[in-house]
This record gives sequence, structure tokens and C-alpha cells, in this order.
Amino acid sequence: MATNFKKRQLGRPVSVVGAGLSKFGAFPGKDSRDLFVEAFQDMVESMDRGFDIHDIECAYVGNYSSDLFEHQGHTAPIVADWLGITPIPVTRIENACASSGSALREGVMAIASGMYDVVLVGGMEKMTNLATDGVTDVLASAADGLYEVPAGLTFPGIFGAIAKAHMDRYETNLDHLLKVAIKNHANGALNPKAQFQQTMTTMMERRMTRAQERGQEVPDYKTEMDFLNDERANPWIAWPLRLYDCAPITDGASCVLLVSDEIAHNFTDTPISIAGIGQATGKPLHDSDELTSLSAAKSASQQAYDMAGITVANVDLAEVHDCFTIAEIVATEDLGFFAPGEGPRAVDEGRTALNGDHPINTSGGLKAKGHPVGASGVGQVIEIYHQLRGEAGERQVKKDNPTVGITHNVGGTGGTCVVNVLRRES
Amino acid sequence: MASEFTSTAFYTKLKEEKKLIGVKCQDCGHLSPEPRPMCPECHGFNMEWHQFSGKAKLSTFTCISIVPVAMAAKGYGRDKPYCTGIVTLEEGPRISAMINGVDGTKPQGIETGMALVLDPDNLDEDAPSLAFKRA
Repeated sequence: MATNFKKRQLGRPVSVVGAGLSKFGAFPGKDSRDLFVEAFQDMVESMDRGFDIHDIECAYVGNYSSDLFEHQGHTAPIVADWLGITPIPVTRIENACASSGSALREGVMAIASGMYDVVLVGGMEKMTNLATDGVTDVLASAADGLYEVPAGLTFPGIFGAIAKAHMDRYETNLDHLLKVAIKNHANGALNPKAQFQQTMTTMMERRMTRAQERGQEVPDYKTEMDFLNDERANPWIAWPLRLYDCAPITDGASCVLLVSDEIAHNFTDTPISIAGIGQATGKPLHDSDELTSLSAAKSASQQAYDMAGITVANVDLAEVHDCFTIAEIVATEDLGFFAPGEGPRAVDEGRTALNGDHPINTSGGLKAKGHPVGASGVGQVIEIYHQLRGEAGERQVKKDNPTVGITHNVGGTGGTCVVNVLRRES
Repeated sequence: MASEFTSTAFYTKLKEEKKLIGVKCQDCGHLSPEPRPMCPECHGFNMEWHQFSGKAKLSTFTCISIVPVAMAAKGYGRDKPYCTGIVTLEEGPRISAMINGVDGTKPQGIETGMALVLDPDNLDEDAPSLAFKRA
């Protein structure tokens, strides 16, 4: 199948000038609209020169399935009402877990078209109203409901099948997967917005303490790997994936303010440019060319790199869609950081850690930061925004002067992929 | 003109004929186990029914312990995981399918590459699923 995407350019440059994230976690009593307002407030209060809400001309909101999670469809006008920005046009974008990645893309194109100068984009998901089996069902509805779901495949199941194929084809093993989780929890521990603001060691010690408090036998864990290899602490979800291979169920929201470059300096001295955007679609896993790669990720990243005029060698850091640990490994290969099959070794060698040569998921990723599906794509952009502005605090990458970061946001099991290149212009 | 090649006809035929019946494009010969009204390769609309042999190999799999509601109703769960995966049909295309007759609690004992045959028996009347078993 040809993927003859020609090199595309935006009609005019677009920048991010503000970013806000709600706390990620489980928040009984908070509706998705409340979470969105929380993210918006965080943005308003952190903008370098403030801004007038009346400047917003249009908005796009990524939201996977408030319909099933909250029995609430048509969420865009609700967000507009809660922000008090009616009657400006607000549109909900649904592309499963890539919903806000796609919402951002729509916002970028709305400005690049010349129609608007100031556009709000974001995303939200309220997932914890449902029990785990209900969430599993809702997420599975992003797969093919006629040909994958009836075969018993779940979301973790499809990524489990990808992991097994990767293990068969390359030297990938279960420890590689768990090391991704350990690394992302180490980063998440440094992120005040993360659902799991804990290293894996902390989680291990908490389990030991809890056993002691309850008068139960205290597990004899010497290392994080002992903890993660304990089937009671880390049960199978979809072999070869265990609990700690999976991103959690999360409530949360995210938003950024996009403006045309020519007015960006009205808002901040340090705008972050959207240098390249790419989006592509893929087939169900069984119809994909390969079982160890997401073709949409390869295509979307090539589009984004081409638009930005870069190669992967120019990329300082990346936020990738680690809905499962194997997904991060596959992402680092699809994006070109490592050759196919080399992703696991890169994890072993610490190359994707905060101080590695290719820092991946400095935010903690979906794994530790949390994965409110509709909010995740813009959430990734927010991490890169802060890193490129040098304001990521304790989790700031150790590289000097990072200038280019990318985001990789996957919908479903590769049915959609959105890749963005962000750049700090000197 | 309405096409008889609908995506759901797959299950109707599986139930009635106990065979894996998909489509073949009369223009380019592309085979699809899922009945489609349009060829995704040459984009033509001239499809015909095609019966697959039902022989396949296991390409990859997973054993699912945290099960969806529908599978829990069939008795699967943490203590009784089931095996599902992707099979490559003898004719070339792949499809997702349940793998019956293997022990979901012992995934290390399940081998990719193993020969499979269609298992059209014991289909759920309301929610049929494609299943294979060891040949």
C-alpha cells in the first residue's frame, strides 16, 4: 500500500504559548467538565503574560468516550458553557486515545488556514466511574468490534499479542518490559501532576509495609524486579503483560493555547513552535504488515519530520504513547530512535532514561503520569513544552539546551497515530 | 445496488455452514476473510464469496486474565484465562481468533507457528466468535 504523502507545510506558523494540566488520578465527584476547568485554570495561572479569555476564537476538545464513561455525549458545548466561552465554536474530536492529539492538529490547521489567531485545544476523560471490567469493555470498543473483540481480544490483549510477536522475533524478554515501567515510574515520581508519583521501589516498600500492618507475611523483596516478578503483587492481565505493564485508569484533563506565530510574543518570550504535524491511520493488527510495529506511527512521524525539516537525529526528547510497556519499546523503534528489535537493548542500557541520550517519557509517560485517554495527546505536548522552556524542575532533561521534542499519540492499537514536532526557536 | 457482502455475514455463514467464508476480489484476486463490499487493494466493487480451507498457523497470541464482561459470563477470568491471538490462514491473510483447547494458565506451553484448524463447534448463538484449535 503506497504511503505517498507529499511534503506538506502549514499555511502559516503556529505556536504554543500556554499549557495547563489537571492533577491526574482518581477523583470521585469530579466530572470531566470539572477536570477540564482545572486544566484551564492551571494554564491561565501559568501564562507568562496572562491573557484575556475573550481572545479565544475557537476550541477543539479531545474526548474518547464520555458517552460510555459518564453517559454524556456532545461534550464540546458543555466545556464551552463551563468555561463561559459560548458562542464560539467548540468541536469534540474522537480518535480513541489519540483524541486530543487529533484535536491539537485541528487547532493548528484552524490557525494555519488563516481563519483564527487564538485557539484553545485540549482533552479530558473521566474513567474511574466504571469498574475495571467496564473500562476494559469501553477501551475495547476502540478496537474492531466485529473482528477483534468477538475473538476475545481486549486492549491489553492486542498489545500482549504484539509483545509476544516482538519476543518471538527479537531478543525481547519480560524484564525489558518491566524495566520500561521502572524507568517511567522513576520519572513520574518527579512529576507533581502524576497519578503515581512514586518510584517502583516506593511502591514495593509500600506493599511490604502494608503486609506488615495487616499482620500478613511480609514479602522478601530485595529488588524492584523481585516485586515485579511476584505474581500476587503484579498479576497477569494479558500474558505476557502484567499489571505494571499497563497504564492505569485515570481521570484528567489537559489544554494548551495555540496562536499564530506573529502574535506569540504578546503572550510569552518563549513560545514553542509546532514545527511539524503528522497523522496517519492503520489497520487492525491482524491486517497490519507487521505484528511488531505500528505502520501509522512510521507514517505519521515521517510526515512530521518532513514538515519540520528534521530527522530523528535532531530530536532531543520524546513523549511516546506507552499505554503498555511494549508500546513504548515499539514506539522508539517506529519513530526511528532505534532499529527494529533494538528498543529493548536501549532500555537495558539506560538510553531512554532521564539522563540517557534519548530521554523518553520524562513526564512518567502514560504508565506513571496516568492515561485519561482523551487528555493524553495534549498532555504529552505539555511535557515537551515545559522541557523545551527549561521549566520541568526535577525532571528537566540533563541535556544542555534541548530545542526539539516530539510527541507520539496512538489511538486504539494503531488505528490512529499523531506525531508532533515541537521546537524552541532561538 | 445493495451488496450481499456485508461484514456481519461472516458470522451468519460461520454459524450456518460451519465454514470460514470470506470474499475474493474478482478484479485483483485479493482475499479477505472479512466479507467486504469493496476491495481495499484495487478499490473495485466486484467481490465473490470465497471459502477458506480452515487451516491456519498461530502467528501470535495472548492469554487474557482480566476479561471483558462477555467473557466473564462464559466463565473466564483470573483463575481461568483464555487464549486468543492472530492466525495466518493457509491462503495468506491473517485474522484474529480464539484459540481453543490450549491451557491459558500455561502460555509457555503454547507455541507460535503451531498448526490450527477452524473450530466451528459450540458457537455462541447470540455472540459467535471465530475460533481455531490445534490441528
